[in-house]
Order: sequence, then C-alpha cells, then structure tokens
Amino acid sequence: MTAFETEFTPWLSLAGGVLIGIASVLLMLMHGRIMGATGILAGLLVPASSADWQWRAALIGGMISAPLAYLLAVGSFPAINVPVSMPMLIVGGFIVGIGVTIGSGCTSGHGVCGMARLSPRSVAATLTFMLTTFITVFVVRHGFGS
Amino acid sequence: MRLISTYLIGLVFGIGISISGMADPAKVLNFFDLFGTWDPSLAFVMGGGLLVTYFGYRFVFRQSAPVFETAFIVPKSKRVDLRLLGGSAVFGIGWGIAGFCPGGVLPVIGTGRPDVLVFVASLIAGMLVARLFNRPAMPVMQKP
Repeated sequence: MTAFETEFTPWLSLAGGVLIGIASVLLMLMHGRIMGATGILAGLLVPASSADWQWRAALIGGMISAPLAYLLAVGSFPAINVPVSMPMLIVGGFIVGIGVTIGSGCTSGHGVCGMARLSPRSVAATLTFMLTTFITVFVVRHGFGS
Repeated sequence: MRLISTYLIGLVFGIGISISGMADPAKVLNFFDLFGTWDPSLAFVMGGGLLVTYFGYRFVFRQSAPVFETAFIVPKSKRVDLRLLGGSAVFGIGWGIAGFCPGGVLPVIGTGRPDVLVFVASLIAGMLVARLFNRPAMPVMQKP
C-alpha cells in the first residue's frame, strides 16, 4: 500500500459534516427516517413495497447527482485517491457489506444519527468500528515488517 | 412532493460527503493512520455532523409526526449484543482495508469511476450474502 500525505482541511470537512447533519435532520423531520446509508441501500436491494422503494431510490438518486453538482460548481469532480489495490478494494467492499449488515449500520447510521440520539447501541457500534478500523490500518501500514 | 424532498435531501447529503473528504479513501485511511501520514480532517466531519444532528433531532422529536409520514421510524432496541459488536468490528476491518464506507461511497457512484463501482458491487455482494444468514430485525415504529 502506498500511503501519502493528504492536506488537512478542517473547514471544508466541517462544512461537509454540517451538510451531512442537515440532511440527516431533514430526512427525520420530513420523512421520519434515519439517514443511514446501510439501511437505505439494504431496503433498496430488497424492497418491502414499491412506495418504500421509491423514496430510497430518490434519496440515492440525489446522492449520486452530487458529484455532478460539485463538478458544475467547482469545475472538477471531488478528489478521490485510492491508495489501495483493486483486489483489496474487492475484499474490503465485501467485508464492509457483511459487517454493516450484521452490525445494522455504518458511519452515517450509527456514527452520526445513532450517536446523535445517544443510542447505546450506536455508541457501542461506533467505538467498535473506529477501533477495528484503526487497528486494521495500523497492521496494513505498519505491521508485518512493512 | 415526497420524492422531490427525498431527492433534494440526498443531494445535500451527497454534497456534504463530496466536500468533506469522506469519499476519499486516501483521506479516510490517513485519519486512522495516527503513527504515519495522519490527517485529522475527518474528526471535523463527524463533529459537524453530530453537532447539527444532535440539536436538530431535539427539535424534530418535539414534533408529533414527520411532515410527510405518520410516525418516526427509529430502532427501538437498546440491547448491545454480540451481533452488533461483531458486525461493527468486521465493518471496521473492511473500512480499514478499502477506505470506503457505504455513506462515503454511494454519492461518488456519480463520478462513474471504475474503482468506486467495483467497491460498490462488492459491498452489495457482501450485504446480500450476509442477509442470507442474518435477517435484520425490522425497525419498530416508535416516537423516541
């Protein structure tokens, strides 16, 4: 894995976080739903009803339009650098899919919405995945004599 | 109206993800690399998101119902069990390997990047396989 420095962007990241928060609050206020990517995607893959499918598709459609809006405003797509090989992306994606399904949520659902509700489950989930992500990055980047 | 509303909410979320750095595995992995090329930016994403959502939810849950629906749908369980902790631990391992999480990667499907699409396909495969063995409990309607 090739690690390289990334620029510290406190203001952009804070602004992004605020927008994520606003979207989470609005989804609950307007539609009574938790803004959790795992739950929203899972309900799209295995729909409960057509009405249930529609709002999820519209929500994800809005998300997917965002890079285009960003492109129109800034002149380029959001920066994405993948310092990971394709096999590792495939393995990582599959493991994430299993983990978020069994753990009933990810960074958005547990880490933002659940923590904001002070849900004990979400606090425990977030602390757990933050710890294992830290350990994994440490082992991949600094372990095995690398 | 409902679908326009959810579409716009998705757009706001996606723009937030796009400018925050959550969709950039280099930045995400550097956040966790305390003993290497550390980049603390993501703490500001989480901080901003949590702050807004915490105070926003306090307002929202004082309402009797959401604008377009009859009830707030939030998970009722408070039980911290092995499934929750084990699943979350596994999620973290995958996140640490790839650097994308579901909320970070969904919006940037819109860039059409092959590496993003490969990750999403693999994510969906993992979700569907896990579902075979793990029927997620339906969230119970409840006003918190």
